[in-house]
Amino acid sequence: MDESQIYARLAQIFDEVFDDDSIEVAPELSAKDVDGWDSLTHIRLILTIEKAFKIKFSTSEIGKLRNVGDLVTLIGAKAE
Amino acid sequence: MGAGFQPMNSLYSELQWLPRAPRDFTERLKALPDSAGPVGRELQTLASHALDLNQLTRLAKAISKADSAGRSLDPLTPFRLAVLSNSTTDLIIPALVASGARHGIVLEVVQPSYDQVAQEALTPDSTVNSSKPDAVLLALDYRALPLKLSLGNSEAASATVQGAMGYLQVLRNGIKANSNAVCIFQTFAPPPETLFGSLDRALPGTLRSMIDGVNRELAANVLSSGDMLLDIAGLAETVGLAAWHNPQLWNMAKFAFSDEFIPLYADHVARTVAAIRGKSAKVLILDLDNTVWGGVIGDDGLEGIQIAQGDALGEAHLAVQRLALDLRQRGIVLAVSSKNTDEVAREPFEKHPEMLLKLDHIAVFQANWNDKATNIQAISEELALGLDAMVFLDDNPVERGLVRRLLPQVAVPELPDDPAYYARTLAAAGYFEAVAFAAEDLQRAGFYQDNAKRASLQQQLGGVDAYLASLDMTIDFRPFDATGRARIVQLINKSNQYNLTTRRYTDPEVAEAESNPEVFTLQVRLADIFGDNGMISVVICRPDRAGMWEIDTWLMSCRVLGRRVEHMVLREILGHARAAGVYKLCGIYCPTDRNKLVADHYPRLGFTKVDEESSGLTRWELLVEGAEPESAPMKVISQGFLAPWEKSHA
Repeated sequence: MDESQIYARLAQIFDEVFDDDSIEVAPELSAKDVDGWDSLTHIRLILTIEKAFKIKFSTSEIGKLRNVGDLVTLIGAKAE
Repeated sequence: MGAGFQPMNSLYSELQWLPRAPRDFTERLKALPDSAGPVGRELQTLASHALDLNQLTRLAKAISKADSAGRSLDPLTPFRLAVLSNSTTDLIIPALVASGARHGIVLEVVQPSYDQVAQEALTPDSTVNSSKPDAVLLALDYRALPLKLSLGNSEAASATVQGAMGYLQVLRNGIKANSNAVCIFQTFAPPPETLFGSLDRALPGTLRSMIDGVNRELAANVLSSGDMLLDIAGLAETVGLAAWHNPQLWNMAKFAFSDEFIPLYADHVARTVAAIRGKSAKVLILDLDNTVWGGVIGDDGLEGIQIAQGDALGEAHLAVQRLALDLRQRGIVLAVSSKNTDEVAREPFEKHPEMLLKLDHIAVFQANWNDKATNIQAISEELALGLDAMVFLDDNPVERGLVRRLLPQVAVPELPDDPAYYARTLAAAGYFEAVAFAAEDLQRAGFYQDNAKRASLQQQLGGVDAYLASLDMTIDFRPFDATGRARIVQLINKSNQYNLTTRRYTDPEVAEAESNPEVFTLQVRLADIFGDNGMISVVICRPDRAGMWEIDTWLMSCRVLGRRVEHMVLREILGHARAAGVYKLCGIYCPTDRNKLVADHYPRLGFTKVDEESSGLTRWELLVEGAEPESAPMKVISQGFLAPWEKSHA
């Protein structure tokens, strides 16, 4: 799965999780940029991503995520 | 997602008895604010799909938007639920609200700050207590309990279990004293990790055996205390403890169980609340071909259908029959809706030796070539039970779709391809969730059938009076008492049609009415030649202005319609009113979409209308002096009432 496919799927997921289809899913995007991206919505986002890509993140991987760019790299490494 | 995801768990985790969310789910949600009509039904329809956590969250948002915009959410019933938890419930609460709509409830959830369980329960003006909730859900998991290991030491182990029970009891007593809400206790799901292995179950003082002990005590307590039980241990066992407990999510965010099961958990909470509000289904309508037996009786004939023990497919259909019979035994009424010629459809019931279901078990048998929606409507009318009390089981997706579209109030489970899972799917859907079981339940399915017999007797005899006299009825009046309470609470919470005010009361509230000498209460039983109908009517009168009683609650089972029971009840009320020096009765009719039946209840009994509000609520009065309602031919027993001078000392 290449990065553009991951970004396209992530855009759908962000819409599902934040109920907002105007979010521009870009590498530098992080929690401070999005209304309602608090710690619990973050977990809902991670869980939705795990389910959508059929992957599982470890506790430390989740702890190290800084922005969408990190997330895409991690998904790219795990998803087939 | 991830390892350990077993396909059979998806029946539960994905709520597979519900149809998949429609493609336009999001669009329909977005269209709601601009829709002209009442939104309650559309919200319930949208909620009645297999929604994931994100969809549930969105739906909850739409519900709260509609609610705060002042939109009517009829026919959904409001319910205020406080959630006390030692874990993170933030993601669960929207799921609860959305699942509530699925079960006909507008759930207002009161959520105090994280892990404030004892403070909230014990402080009179805490967030939870001051919100005056209808019920408090104690969403505790085993980590909330002081369960110190005491391996092999049975005395210490039992002291620990008693300590945990004492803690739960203190919470309960605090909630009771401060808000009088119903407490919903959860049983505790033990973690999958064992210390010794199998020995953990047997050895006193292990975590597993102590959690077993707490669960046993909790279960024993709720049957006598009027509290409710949500069997989370059973739910976790059903899906597997290893799948239920997710250590990563506990460590990261204090989730008591895996996110995968939030929709399932929320549905179970909503079922319990709906059952408290009397919204559980009462009738199971069965399709026949390929549902009750394998094959098509009209094509395959009596020898061709599959229903035998030892035949895999036959056993699958026998399991459906067995479940239906067991449900009937607990009071669920069975009916048949089949596209068949009547006599062909009846043949297996009459002649096939392996059939467990007999014609005697079926209250209404509709085998014809009408569409199934028409048939289900006919069944509903014949039983005098609403469409939302019906569950329709059919292997044919076309029939299911038709009934869902034409009669959205009827619950229609999706079924998997393999009939081996039909019975399990029906049971997993939880349509018949009950929070109490009264002796009357055991006989209810029979009552509805006896009614059919009574109706035919009425035809034979012609006149209504002769018919009533021929029934040889005995009516029995008593004030509320502890023995009758479970059934009183049940009637108060599930009677919709013959119910003047549809006021719902919890067990503690009924107990309060029972012990308050100012309040006049009546439980009414009726027996006739066909047997004992059990408790069929409940009345609560509260003192209004001096010398007046307001009839707060008056309800009656529709099974005894047309027998002038209501006249006899009024005669009884009048007798007690006179003795108590009451000169006037004040009746109220609060119209709902279910109780049109009683719109004329008070005028028929000689009451005079004194007020009508814009909501349609009407007030009626009757002077006790000179009131002489019509009598009916029945023997009257009146017992257990205190005379007025005894009451002041009670």
